[in-house]
Amino acid sequence: MKDNYVYAVARIRVKEKTLLTDADIASLAGMSDVNSVMGYLSDRGWGTADTDKDPDAMLAAEEQKNLDLMRELKIDPSVFDILSYPQIFHNLKSAIKQVCTAEDYSQIGIFYDLEKYGGREMVRIIQEKDYNALPESMRQVAQDAFETMLSTRDGQLCDIMVDRACLMAMTEAGRKEKNKVIRDYVRSQVSIADIRIAVRAERCGKSADFLKKALAPSEDFNCSQLAAAASRGEEDLLKFLSGNGFGGASEALGKSLSAFECWCDNQQIEAIKPQKRVITSIGPVVAYYLARENEIRTVRIILTAKANGFSEDSIRERVREMYV
Amino acid sequence: MNTGTFLALFGAVLATALAGVGSAWGVGMAGQAAAGVVAEDPDQFAKVLILQLLPGTQGIYGLLVTFITLSRIGILGGSPVADTATGLAYLFACLPIAIVGLISAYHQGKTSVASIGVVAKKPDQFGKAMLFPAMVETYAILALLISILAVTNIG
Repeated sequence: MKDNYVYAVARIRVKEKTLLTDADIASLAGMSDVNSVMGYLSDRGWGTADTDKDPDAMLAAEEQKNLDLMRELKIDPSVFDILSYPQIFHNLKSAIKQVCTAEDYSQIGIFYDLEKYGGREMVRIIQEKDYNALPESMRQVAQDAFETMLSTRDGQLCDIMVDRACLMAMTEAGRKEKNKVIRDYVRSQVSIADIRIAVRAERCGKSADFLKKALAPSEDFNCSQLAAAASRGEEDLLKFLSGNGFGGASEALGKSLSAFECWCDNQQIEAIKPQKRVITSIGPVVAYYLARENEIRTVRIILTAKANGFSEDSIRERVREMYV
Repeated sequence: MNTGTFLALFGAVLATALAGVGSAWGVGMAGQAAAGVVAEDPDQFAKVLILQLLPGTQGIYGLLVTFITLSRIGILGGSPVADTATGLAYLFACLPIAIVGLISAYHQGKTSVASIGVVAKKPDQFGKAMLFPAMVETYAILALLISILAVTNIG
């Protein structure tokens, strides 16, 4: 066996039993308020003893548990890097904003607690302009985004620059990856992120130039054509998506924006579902990690909706498909 | 030691060595999976231990054939092998359990890993899960029978 993940996969199989099912999510959506949801989740082992009353702290604790499990299972560092790129780049964005606005974000739990590039370390790198301490794929964008943020105070532009760099770093790392699950994950992440950006930009009436700066090259379609279609309007964008094998996205957009967001996340879950039948490769471990992320994202939607008094029907429209 | 005895001894060694290597592979692989399950759910220890042990039988079969052979070729008993042809006959008689033991134990190990995955998710399905690796055992038993019949009927 080339990659031996027998032990890790067996542990993951036991842990899969604790994942929330579609029925659990339906129960949560039907609960009366945030406290009931929190109580249900606490009974299922979510959060820690200190996070019983604070939804954000509970979700942060679950994200941390997910990362800690991957570290504990000692999965291939190159795979772990790909999985943690979104968190590392998120920490970079937060650090740039913290340094530029002189506010202390570390107190409000905005940083991911990562082994290598945690909040404190990232803030130090930005403050001291020690860009060489960052991975190669981050150095240039860290410098450019920081200078852009300093000179323009445009947080959105800073976010776009860093998000695009994140997608490009994932693409580059994904190309080198031998495992098909990881390659497919990266490919679909980049394409779906581009589609999301295009849809949001189209709704905000952004120009094709703005989109070209924001979109990362995808293996599934031509980004310039996507940017041009989105800048021309919804009809052209839907036509482009249908013509490039993303008819589901086009159909979901026809219903509502929340149905579209749901479609984006469900694509990922559909792609990883076959991993439930794999016994030795890293696939099931990665699938579990992504399933947990999806679960946490869905619970966050439910908690936010409950806190804002959304109806059960509108919550059901927004909740994602579960892995188990 | 004459050539005949040497060939017969070589066959006896192969029976234990190859079947043993296969069992070590299989039990090792299943052991990793079993440890993974017990790390999360210690209550499943007994069930996964049984599944881990299944690929270990080929090593025992190989050992049995080796003992029978040694007791017939003048090493642990019996009389020394008279000629090269008889020695070759013992060597070939040992090959079924040596080769089938090696391959079946490896595959039984992989099947046990898959079955441990079933027990991890659905502990109440242990009975069904155990049948899958047990099926692989059939071929090791067939090879054992042929090796024993052949070894005991030479000369």
